[in-house]
Amino acid sequence: MIEVGDVIPARIFDVDRALLKAYADASGDQNPIHQSEEVAISVGLPNVIAHGMLTMALVGKFVTDWAGGSAKVKEFSARFIKPVIVPAGEKVDLTVGATVVEIEGNRIKLDLVATSGGVKVLGMAKAVVVK
Amino acid sequence: MINPDSVGRTFEGADLLTVTQTEINAFAAVIGEEDTSVAPPTFSIRISLSQYESILTQPEIGVDWTRLVHGDQKFQIFRPIVAGDIFKCSATIETLRSVAGNEIISVRSDLHNGNELVVSSWSTLVVRG
Repeated sequence: MIEVGDVIPARIFDVDRALLKAYADASGDQNPIHQSEEVAISVGLPNVIAHGMLTMALVGKFVTDWAGGSAKVKEFSARFIKPVIVPAGEKVDLTVGATVVEIEGNRIKLDLVATSGGVKVLGMAKAVVVK
Repeated sequence: MINPDSVGRTFEGADLLTVTQTEINAFAAVIGEEDTSVAPPTFSIRISLSQYESILTQPEIGVDWTRLVHGDQKFQIFRPIVAGDIFKCSATIETLRSVAGNEIISVRSDLHNGNELVVSSWSTLVVRG
């Protein structure tokens, strides 16, 4: 029985440069700020950053695992408030958690939280799933 | 400076786009999704973002894509995307505003298979000044 206020246990995704390259190829988003330190720094970023949409795709995986598959997601939204910074040779965390905030029939609304290195990277992150 | 006359315009994609199982598999593999019978919920960004790029970088609109960051994203998914979907893609520039030297563009993407609207999505794109 799912109830408003239920907390879905957090999960950690590892993010590294190889994942950024794989996402660039799979999504077609080859913006060099996600692959080249030189380009990232030249446009004022601290280092290479993950695609916001990679972060959102991983949060989406957290949601669909809980909901029971990709077909369950009806709405999904987020604001990209801070970058996930990915230095060369390192694995950084994307830690994702959620709370059930609304239930209407079979539609369940989740508030999502995503952090990396303790810093909140998504704002207003929400999903509506059917379950 | 982005051409303000572009606000409210809807651009129809030149071609119909067919979703392949290979594309779904590749996208799913990145996030560790093993069920590829339907596309992951954010898969459609692959289609929308490349369409935004081709529209917004046209000289008459004039966005410098290298200065672009993604501000926010919303999807409304009427049914999951599957391999074999053939999409007509339309993109609409909804609003355009300047804040602190940055230009902020709100765009909407609608993916139709025939007359069926499958996914609508909204993106805020920020062109850093």
